[in-house]
Amino acid sequence: MAQTATASVLDTGQADFYRSLLRQMCLIRRFEERAGEAYALGKIGGFCHLYIGQEAVAVGALAALRDDDYVMGSYRDHGHALARGMSAREVMAELYGKVTGCSRGKGGSMHLFSVERQYLGGHAIVAGHIPLVAGAAFAIKYRGEDRVALGFFGEAAVNNGAFHEALNMAAVWKLPAIFVAENNRYGMGTATERASAVYDVATRACSYDMDRDTVDGMDVIATYEATARAVTRAREHRLPTLLEARTYRFMGHSMSDPIHGHYRTREEIDEQKTRDPLHTFSDRLTAVGMMSSEDYQEMERQIAAELDDAVAFADGSAEPDPYELYTDVYVD
Amino acid sequence: MPTITYRDALNQALKEEMERDPNVFLMGEEVGVYQGAYKVSRGLLDAFGDQRVIDTPITELGFAGVGIGAAMVGLRPVIEFMTWNFALLAIDQIVNSAAKMLYMSGGQIPIPIVFRGPGGAALQLAAQHSQAFDSWYAHIPGLKVVAPATPYDAKGLLKSAIRDDNPVVFLEGEMMYNAKGDVPEGEYTIPLGKADIKLEGSDVTIVCHAKTVAVAQQAARRLAEECGISAEIVDLRSIRPLDTEAIIRSVVKTNRCVVVEEGWPFCGIGAQVVDYIQLHAFDHLDAPVLRVTQEDVPLPYNKRLEKAAKPNSDKVIDAIKQITYLD
Repeated sequence: MAQTATASVLDTGQADFYRSLLRQMCLIRRFEERAGEAYALGKIGGFCHLYIGQEAVAVGALAALRDDDYVMGSYRDHGHALARGMSAREVMAELYGKVTGCSRGKGGSMHLFSVERQYLGGHAIVAGHIPLVAGAAFAIKYRGEDRVALGFFGEAAVNNGAFHEALNMAAVWKLPAIFVAENNRYGMGTATERASAVYDVATRACSYDMDRDTVDGMDVIATYEATARAVTRAREHRLPTLLEARTYRFMGHSMSDPIHGHYRTREEIDEQKTRDPLHTFSDRLTAVGMMSSEDYQEMERQIAAELDDAVAFADGSAEPDPYELYTDVYVD
Repeated sequence: MPTITYRDALNQALKEEMERDPNVFLMGEEVGVYQGAYKVSRGLLDAFGDQRVIDTPITELGFAGVGIGAAMVGLRPVIEFMTWNFALLAIDQIVNSAAKMLYMSGGQIPIPIVFRGPGGAALQLAAQHSQAFDSWYAHIPGLKVVAPATPYDAKGLLKSAIRDDNPVVFLEGEMMYNAKGDVPEGEYTIPLGKADIKLEGSDVTIVCHAKTVAVAQQAARRLAEECGISAEIVDLRSIRPLDTEAIIRSVVKTNRCVVVEEGWPFCGIGAQVVDYIQLHAFDHLDAPVLRVTQEDVPLPYNKRLEKAAKPNSDKVIDAIKQITYLD
């Protein structure tokens, strides 16, 4: 299936918006680099899945939402949380397991939550949260609201029954849901063509007579525009969409995974890096005069300062008190 | 006081709670047009419409997850499983999504949901349709597990479960739906986590829940008539939270205990109850605590074999005779 073409012309009236998208992608990239460093230093434990390479998906998709829409993601969720407007402080502190983290140190890297930002979790059972996205969309319809519910998951999740059960119900009940498959080509170390009978993820929507779209997930504007179309379908017509974003993960599956390993070559990664969503977009903005190299340097400086602050905040924050072990098991 | 069935008691609870709170809805297979596989939801579609009584595809994991997602954003779903046997397909959602969301989110996202339906054996339904998973769910921190034995309890406990802000696993039974009992007109609830003394006695404590309460009552009657033994029946009502105080209070009084349950013995509810008793009433025991459970086999189809596999009053009486040294 052909991918949806990106907007060929950038709208000069949207320069601030474009720069904000670039800034968010850059923030995620630099945040993840800091997270990788902190992991190597033993400041962050457990599993840690970096989003480097996929920034345009979260940033483009979430730019199309309203603040009161519901968002959920998978375990590779740092980028989703930041793109949803959660602070670098609260996300980094969560990775550090501190009580000032967005989940009070109880969730960690894979379970970032912010009800304030309507980011309803990082979920760490592959495909397990896709029915939850349909459930949030069900609640929207039940209450007669005009919100939408959007969920991110990897392409490997589409071979799981939870994906199909959720999409079927979203279609038969006409729920305002947007299912965003981030196709980074590998489910951990298994290439899509080795695991899926059908390579085109979006065509899975045909089984449920659902609208679908395939977009270059390395192109933030294309991702934004495709998501915006899905948002219109959901908000105005209560119709769900399966949106496939073709992207690529530049790092290993997790911090314990080498960058290329046995399942892909360094050459492939180098070739994919020519599609780097951050660099291609900044080059594009520069080419049309919407950003100068000074502007870019200044943006990087501000982000570095923000992340210095976030790391210092995380490092300096307290651990949860021992009594917190027993809180939040039940609502009293 | 009206005498109604366990089925109708559940129906009343659903109806009253749906009238009381517009956020409560019922979702499951055949709950609407068909009026419920076991007719628990009879009349609810007419009363509340198809926005609040929702027939689902046969997709337990999917609609359990839809319920949890709706609960995450403030609705109060009641998810009906046609039986708990089929809910094995949904156990990932119940355990990984419902039970843990509050904790993983640092207290931000409660999951006020009830998963309900019949569990355990009925009659000759064979191995895949005859399983009591009470201990599986009771194992999970974050879940509450409730198993009413009578129509009165069924109504009061279901109303409390629906109002509870935590995920509640509510275990009913095909063989109990026709059971009749007194249920008062008007509003009442029964607190979760509190056991009920179904019969006061002095010689031995029988700890039981759900279907095995009737087994214990039958055994107690015969023990009184045939052996002059006075049994006290502690109906757990809730398995999690477990009313350990009620158990210990009774054992301290009687000094002897038999735990009866419908499930398999290995890592069963009884094993947990026995642990509490040895820890908190060790010096009060005059005999080992015995357990009566389903035999440790998949349930057979053959009627005679099936009967032999289930807990019954003969087995309870045998156990009590052992620990009162009458044998």
